[in-house]
Amino acid sequence: MLQFARLTTVIGSLAIAATAFAADSIKIISSLPRTGSANAQTTSMVNGIKMAIAEVGTINGATILYEDWDDASAQRGNWDPAVEAANADKAIADKSILAYIGTYNSGASKISMPKLNAAGLVMVSPANTAPNLTKPGFGEPNEPAVYRPSGKISYFRVVPTDDVQGAVAADFAKETGAKKVFVLNDREVYGKGVAGVFEKHAKEIGLEIVGTDGIDAKASNYKSVVTKIKQAGADLVYFGGTTQTNAGQLAKDIVTVGLKARLIVPDGCYEQAFIEAAGAKALEGRAFITFGGKEPKALTGKGKEFYENYKKTYGGEPEGYAVYGYESAKVVLAAMQNIAKAGGKLTRESVLAEVAKTKDFSGALGTWSFDANGDTTNRTMSVNTVKDGKFETVKVVE
Amino acid sequence: MTPTEVFMQQVIYGLSNGMIIALVALGYTMVYGIVELINFAHGDLFMLGGFFALTIVGALGAAGVLDIAHMGDHSNWLLLFGLVIAAGVFCGGLNVAIDRVVYKPMRKSPKLTQLVAAIGVSFIIVNLGLFWGGAPMEVFGGGNAAAASKDFPEILEGSNLLGENSNVVLRLEDLAIFIVTIPLMIGLTLFVKKTRLGRGMRATAQNPVAAQLMGIDTDRVISATFLIGGFLGGAASVMWSLYNNTISFQMGFRAGMDAFTAAVLGGIGSMPGAMLGGVLIGLIRAMSDQYIETRWTNVVVFGVLILILVFRPSGLLGLKQREKV
Repeated sequence: MLQFARLTTVIGSLAIAATAFAADSIKIISSLPRTGSANAQTTSMVNGIKMAIAEVGTINGATILYEDWDDASAQRGNWDPAVEAANADKAIADKSILAYIGTYNSGASKISMPKLNAAGLVMVSPANTAPNLTKPGFGEPNEPAVYRPSGKISYFRVVPTDDVQGAVAADFAKETGAKKVFVLNDREVYGKGVAGVFEKHAKEIGLEIVGTDGIDAKASNYKSVVTKIKQAGADLVYFGGTTQTNAGQLAKDIVTVGLKARLIVPDGCYEQAFIEAAGAKALEGRAFITFGGKEPKALTGKGKEFYENYKKTYGGEPEGYAVYGYESAKVVLAAMQNIAKAGGKLTRESVLAEVAKTKDFSGALGTWSFDANGDTTNRTMSVNTVKDGKFETVKVVE
Repeated sequence: MTPTEVFMQQVIYGLSNGMIIALVALGYTMVYGIVELINFAHGDLFMLGGFFALTIVGALGAAGVLDIAHMGDHSNWLLLFGLVIAAGVFCGGLNVAIDRVVYKPMRKSPKLTQLVAAIGVSFIIVNLGLFWGGAPMEVFGGGNAAAASKDFPEILEGSNLLGENSNVVLRLEDLAIFIVTIPLMIGLTLFVKKTRLGRGMRATAQNPVAAQLMGIDTDRVISATFLIGGFLGGAASVMWSLYNNTISFQMGFRAGMDAFTAAVLGGIGSMPGAMLGGVLIGLIRAMSDQYIETRWTNVVVFGVLILILVFRPSGLLGLKQREKV
C-alpha cells in the first residue's frame, strides 16, 4: 500500500510539473525524513518553509510552488539512501525546480550533494551539521571535493556545524565537573563526526577519555555496553547520535544499570520524540542536549516574529529546527527576489550564483553570511536539559 | 567494579536477554519442525504482541484502573501475568489465522513459495505496526508520530535487589524473565512429551503422511503448533517490553533475526536447541560487548554461528537431516 501511495505521488508530481511549465512558475522542494520518529521535527520544519513562501507570495508575478518530499522509508523508519538518491534524480529532471531544501541527516546529503552539484541546482540544508560535508580536514582526504564534481560550491547550510557543537559539548562537560568521559557514536556520518570532534576537544581541555565505541542502533538494549562504561569509571557519557539511532534506549539503560553519570547528546536528539522515547524520568537532571541555536521561544528580532507567527498559524510550539526550515527557504527566496529586482532571469544558474553571494542576511537567526565553504557565519549554540518533560536552555554560547 | 562483579553483571544481562530470544526462537523452531516453513513473519508477530500489550495498558490507564505515571513505584505482578496471557492469546490466535489464510492453501507448494509468502506477511505486519503506532492514545504519544519508539511504562518496581550500594545490579525484571520463561519452557516440554496432542506433533514432525495414516488429524496438530508458537511470541513481547521499556514497529526484525539465529545455532526443529541457542546468543552478545567491543558484536555472533554450522551442520542439538523423497 505504501508503494502504491508513493506511485500516486510520483504521478501527481508529474502532473504538477507539466502545469508548472505552462504557468511559468517557480518550484522549490524539500527532501526531509517524513516517515519515522523525526516526523514531528520535520513537520515543524515544513511548516517553517511554508510560512516563508507565504510571506514572499509571488516573484515577478510567478507563483512559488512548493513540494514536501520524503527521504525516509517505512522499512527503515529513518532516512533511506535509495529514496534520497531518487529524490535528487527527480529534482534534477524537473527543470522548474530551482532550489532543493534538504536534507535533515548529514548521511543523506552525502548522496544527493554530488548529484545536485553536477546539475547546478542549489541545495540549502536546514539541519546538516557534519563538518566534513563542507570543510577539508574533518573526514576523508577527498572530502569535501568529492561532493563538488563541478568544482563550484552549490551546497549551503544555515546551521552551525559540529566542529562548533562538539567543542561546546566538551567545554560544557568540563564545566559540570566531569573528569572521565566515555564516548559513544551510532556509526553514522553525523554521529561519528560529532563524537570525533567532542573526543578531540575533550582531550585538548584535559578530560580523560576512558573509552570509545560504536553502538548498534538496532539493538534491543544497551545494558551490557553501559556495564562496560560503569566499569571504566566514567562520570560522563557522550553519545553522538539521534533519536532515530536509539538515544532514548541508551538513556534508559544508563538509569537501569545504575550508572551515575551525566549524558550529553547532540542536536539530533533536540526534539520532543527523544523525551518521549527515553521517558522524561530517565533524562531529568542528568541529560544535556546541545543545539546549534537558541530554543524557539528565546529567539529575538525577526526570530521572535517568526515564533509568534508560527504559534498563530499552526497553534502549537515549533520544534527546534522549524526556524531553520524557515530561514533556508527565506534565504533562497531573498536571492530570487534580488535577481528579479535586477531584471535578471530566474534560472538554476542565476539562483545558485545569487545564493552564494548572500552576505549580512538579516533573518530570523540574526545577521549572518555564507562563507567560502557555503557554511553560515552564525555560531550561536545552546546547551539544554529536560525539565517537567520539556527542553529548557541552561546555557547559550554566542 | 571488580572484574568478578563485571562478569556476574554481564552473565545476568546475557541470560535475561538470551531467555527472551529463546522464547521467540521456540516459535520459529516449532513451526519449522512441523511444516518445514521458516516463518519469517514470526518476529513481526512478536512486535504486534508488544503493541497489543501497550494498548491494554493504555486502555486500563484511560479507564482509571492504572496510574500510568506512577507505575514503576509498585510491582504489579497481576498485570504482568495478565499481559503475558493476553498478548500470548492474541499472537497465538493471529498466528493460527495467518496460517489458515496464507500458508494452508500453499501447504503442497514448493517450500520457496511458502518462504516468500512468509516474507510478504512480515511486510504486511510491519506496516500494520506502523499504523497501530499512530493510535490516538496517551501511551502512543497521542498518535502524533506513528513511527516513533514508544515508551512502555514500568510494570515492576526497579530498585536493586542486592542493595543500593552493590555494584552488581539485579532488578525484579531480571528475575521476572526467569519466573515467566522457565515454567513456560518446562510446560511446553511436558506438553510435547506427555500429552496426546504433543505426541501427535512429534509424529507429524517425523513423517506427516504416516502420521495421517495412523489417524492423527495433522491439520489440528499444525493449528496447535501455530497457536503455541504464537503464544510464546506474545509472551516474549511482554517480557521484552518489561525488560527494555521501549517498543517500536521495527523491533520484530532484530528480535526475529536473533531468534532465527538461535534456532539455527541450536539445531532448527529442536526445542531444547532453540532454548540453548537463545541463551548462548544472549551470553555471547553480553560478553562481546564487554570484552571485545560492541561494534564487533554482530560479527562475533554470526562468526560463531558460521563456525558451528561448519563443524555441526545441523546445529548444536539438531538431529541428522532425514532424506525426504
